[in-house]
Amino acid sequence: MKMILARLGILAAFLLFWELASGRLIQKYLVSSPSDIAVTFWNWLLDGRILFHAGITAFEAVAGFLLGAFVGMSIGLVLGRAEKLAELLNPFIMAFYSIPKIALAPLFIIWFGIGIEMKILLTATIVFFLVFLNTYTGVRSVSPELVNIMRLMGANERDVMRKVVLPSAIVWVFTGLRLSVPYAMIGAIVGEMIAANRGLGYLLSHASSQFNTAGVFAALVAIITMSVLLNMAVSFLARVAMPWEKAQEGREISI
Amino acid sequence: MQQETVGQTVDRRQSSRAVPDEPLVVFEGVSKSFGKLQAVRDISLSVHEGEFLTLVGPSGCGKSTLLNMTAGLFPPTEGSVTYRGTPVEPYNHRVGYMTQSDHLLHWRTVAKNIAVPLEIAKMSRGEIKDRVDELLELVGLAGFGENYPNQLSGGMRKRCALARLLAYDPETLLFDEPFAALDAQLRLRMQMEIRRIVAQLNKTVLFVTHDLDEAVSLADRCVVFSGRPGTISEVLDIPLPAERDLFSIRHNQKYAELTARLWDEMAPANEEGEN
Repeated sequence: MKMILARLGILAAFLLFWELASGRLIQKYLVSSPSDIAVTFWNWLLDGRILFHAGITAFEAVAGFLLGAFVGMSIGLVLGRAEKLAELLNPFIMAFYSIPKIALAPLFIIWFGIGIEMKILLTATIVFFLVFLNTYTGVRSVSPELVNIMRLMGANERDVMRKVVLPSAIVWVFTGLRLSVPYAMIGAIVGEMIAANRGLGYLLSHASSQFNTAGVFAALVAIITMSVLLNMAVSFLARVAMPWEKAQEGREISI
Repeated sequence: MQQETVGQTVDRRQSSRAVPDEPLVVFEGVSKSFGKLQAVRDISLSVHEGEFLTLVGPSGCGKSTLLNMTAGLFPPTEGSVTYRGTPVEPYNHRVGYMTQSDHLLHWRTVAKNIAVPLEIAKMSRGEIKDRVDELLELVGLAGFGENYPNQLSGGMRKRCALARLLAYDPETLLFDEPFAALDAQLRLRMQMEIRRIVAQLNKTVLFVTHDLDEAVSLADRCVVFSGRPGTISEVLDIPLPAERDLFSIRHNQKYAELTARLWDEMAPANEEGEN
């Protein structure tokens, strides 16, 4: 409780400083001010603009997230168990992994147009690698000793997969998922900034092109809110899926 | 309930026993190399049914290699390993393996961990529950079935791993320094438990250790290894009573002599092993 109050205190102090500094220490067109941002945000909320654009971005981010996560998990599981195949494909995967995925956006525009599909696929590509690499690492980190012990108990490959590999990889999968949330947002928003007339990314770049600083900040507030909500959803899922994990620990692979 | 299990176990074992006095596991001229590294060389050893055999020697002398070959995890480079007269093939389901790390599935409760081999054997839920309760009782974990492994102490985790090992009733138990990470008191308690349970269920045991006291106090016979590649330098009969009190055994004359002798034998080898 004290913690929350302290945090609110910091936030209030920051906003107050911003409000006072705006127009006095720093020119207003650069930083706008919290009150202006709040007014813009409120107006957009009232005329439905925020919800409309946020809905589109959320759809792109979530759909891309789910698609990328599903494919990443599946391939991670398969390659994690098929050592030879993984070794064979390793240089290709690493080469592909090393591309900044955003650089694929122009190509995706040519292939899929500037509609919602392109943003979903861009997001999915980014999420795929994070989830794939974490799942793969998770599967590879299953102790071979443990697998042998299971084999001696009479377990076949399916038993090993279901009872050992999947559950022990799930911690890693969720690490990948949690890492992916901000990147899913990057995929959707950058996709919208490059080519779109809808979504929070569009709202952001549109406001910016008109030097509507308050509008830029209002769009950022909406983006932050959405990111936080997505994060909470993943954390909630993680708690449900892993009741034995009281505290998440951060063994993770990042871009 | 416990009585019943013991009875079943004995019945099954007797019916599957082909020739009563034939050794259970036989190593004949066994060598094993991993690439250029030779782990064991020219090992010949017979393990008899119902026997508690300890394998002792400096680390890296290939004791675990013998256990792995008994389990069929890999074949010997030379020689043969037979189990009940037939060459061991990958995954010898008649053995159970317990290592220094307990390898519990931390996402499953204690009861669910013990149930793993029973699920693999496709037992019904009711049967599994009964068997798990029985095993919890046997290893002294009654009342802890619903805990997760990370809520248990080191000793309790060992008990849980032991219960899981016993669940599918393997006739031979392979232990690879299972108690190495436990403190001295707890180790003694677990050693007592192991002797009790093994005797009660009439299991054959191959127990790898580098603890010389453990090697003598637990064993019916003690196989002493030396050097790298590992060879058997001596097989000691341990003429201690089958029913022994592992605590007071420390004052037993014979025990003291045997351990002293092992210490003498191992001292130079230990120095070598250190390098």
